Amino acid sequence: MDYFQIILVTLEATIRLSVPLIFAALAGLYSERSGVFDIGLEGKMLAAAFAGGAAAAVYGSAFIGLAAAILISVALAMVHAFASITQRGNQIVSGVAINFIALGSTVILGQAWFQQGGRTPQLGEGSRFEAIRLPLTDTLEDVPVIGPIYENLISEHFLLTYLAFALVPFTWWVLYRTRFGLRLRAVGENPGAVDTAGISVTQMRYLGVLCCGILCGFAGAYLSMAVAAGFVKGMTAGKGFIALAALIFAKWKPVNVMLACLLFGFLDALAILLQGQELPVVGEVPVQFMQALPYVLTVILLAGFIGKAIPPKAGGQPYVKER
Amino acid sequence: MSVPYAKLPLWVEYGLIPLINLVVAFLVAGLVVLLVGESPIRAATLLVQGAFGYGEGLGFTLYYATNFIFTGLAVAVAFHCGLFNIGGEGQAYIGGLGVAIVALALDGIFPWFLTLPFAILAGALFGAAWAFIPGYLQAKRGSHVVITTIMFNFIASSVMVYMLVEVLKPIGSMAPQTETFLPGAHIPTLDWLLGIFGLDIGGAPFNLTFVIALVAAFLVWLLIWRTRLGFEIRTMGASPTAARYAGIKEVRIIIITMLISGGLAGMMALNPIMGDQDRLQLDFVAGAGFVGIAVALMGRSHPVGIIPAAILFGMLYQGGAEIAFEMPEISRDMITIIQGLVILFAGALENMFRPAITTFFATLSGAGRRSEATAAGE
Repeated sequence: MDYFQIILVTLEATIRLSVPLIFAALAGLYSERSGVFDIGLEGKMLAAAFAGGAAAAVYGSAFIGLAAAILISVALAMVHAFASITQRGNQIVSGVAINFIALGSTVILGQAWFQQGGRTPQLGEGSRFEAIRLPLTDTLEDVPVIGPIYENLISEHFLLTYLAFALVPFTWWVLYRTRFGLRLRAVGENPGAVDTAGISVTQMRYLGVLCCGILCGFAGAYLSMAVAAGFVKGMTAGKGFIALAALIFAKWKPVNVMLACLLFGFLDALAILLQGQELPVVGEVPVQFMQALPYVLTVILLAGFIGKAIPPKAGGQPYVKER
Repeated sequence: MSVPYAKLPLWVEYGLIPLINLVVAFLVAGLVVLLVGESPIRAATLLVQGAFGYGEGLGFTLYYATNFIFTGLAVAVAFHCGLFNIGGEGQAYIGGLGVAIVALALDGIFPWFLTLPFAILAGALFGAAWAFIPGYLQAKRGSHVVITTIMFNFIASSVMVYMLVEVLKPIGSMAPQTETFLPGAHIPTLDWLLGIFGLDIGGAPFNLTFVIALVAAFLVWLLIWRTRLGFEIRTMGASPTAARYAGIKEVRIIIITMLISGGLAGMMALNPIMGDQDRLQLDFVAGAGFVGIAVALMGRSHPVGIIPAAILFGMLYQGGAEIAFEMPEISRDMITIIQGLVILFAGALENMFRPAITTFFATLSGAGRRSEATAAGE
């Protein structure tokens, strides 16, 4: 096979596989930077994927589907916020609960509404996101090297893909160049100081979790309405946890998040490429090894062997105003 | 709201509040059943009948409960130390590897009662080993145990798929599972125990592991509330700073707690592998590790609470299968929802109804005192 072609295909798969991770990891970033840990990314993504697939199938519109996905994801995020901010419950426990509720109810409701073994009906044209062919694609088609690169890597992606990559600099800007971002970061590091400055810690944290809900909605919609044409039972398959790993790997920084997600997406693409292939020196790499690699890398990072991942200081602790 | 919660009578603290939380969880689950277009009352009746109505149903209920006692205890022990071990699933999975290796090695040589002790040891050892790394990293390098155990669940899953597909699968076989064990590695059922009550166990795999689970529950109680180590674990959980001042070795306690927790999770593997399937299969844990979180929260991390909570979830698993049979709309996934709701209401929202209940009891005792005072004054 042509090596250039292989590289192109792998890189294209990398982009495709890392988009949901970018959405979900950025979602986690908003929440965790505000001091609310969220291991319920997986559940929110799954519920959003289902809501998107279901609504798009019923109403025949991709944008209604997207709205439904975001709505459900935000609703679950608000449950998490209520439990962990208002009720000062354990944030990990709440996240675990949301994962299970989403996992069970998507299947039960899907079966009851569509009778297709937990799937939603196949989405036709118009009710899902189609790849966008950017201008110049046809013009550049015949140009060697640049043509194929432009066609595979830059053009021919979904609207949500471009949005995901646009959100990275946007998040950086919000976080480091706006008043909201400063307060968000402060409330995750030292809520007492923010409170003293007369800003409501509760409100800031709710806003952080709200952003998280919205972005998880995009992640879910991408899975069921862009890459696939419909929801399949358990379709997130641990992507929420990989995103969490990527967030930690990126040390809670937006640009790093994108790089970490691209790395984990690349590993995933590589695992598909290398399946059953003999490599020089090492021989055949077991596909399970490639699948476990993101988790192993995250553990090594957490152990402090490659840099140190320091979470937001007040993360995981409910804020109690005065004693 | 900044006032700490007033002290409530014990029966309210350990009986009423968990009960209210549980009832709310089930009411919400009932709403889901309604949404699907079935009758929640009929579903509940089917659930209880399916789980307790006849010998085989009860046998299955207790079989599932056995798994959940182990994983519930695993989570509970870690809770006492202030650690949240989400890795029960992975630890049980790896524990299964230990159990299967012993079973495959000894099933032709020993009778089951000689194989069993080695299998228990191997399951606990493998589970503990899998919990050791997250424990060590938490104690020594401050990596959050929640995140590392989540990662280790996924790593365990990859490791086990690799082991089953590439190493343990008999040559010529297609299914990713070990050979079937000889009778020397089969834990006998407790059919006689149900027989005493005139119940026929049928094909239910309710076996001796249940007794081992009860013994483990007793030992955990002994450990946590009657030994020096248990005291140190609880001190650590209540206040790490106080523990440090008291000269308790933080690193040692965290690692030991995680080892015990992982060991308990690993022993869960005995039940499905040697008590039921007689082979090591893919995904034999089937979520029991996560159910342990719900069980520990509901049982308030006390063995006396964990056993009934485990039986309740055993009922959900077995009765849920019955419901799925009668009401095709409601599959086993309903249990996952209930599990999530229980974790939410008994765990994250445990204090939601507390202010109201506290006020209620405060006015009750206040009113009592006033009436006494007026009675005395007259």
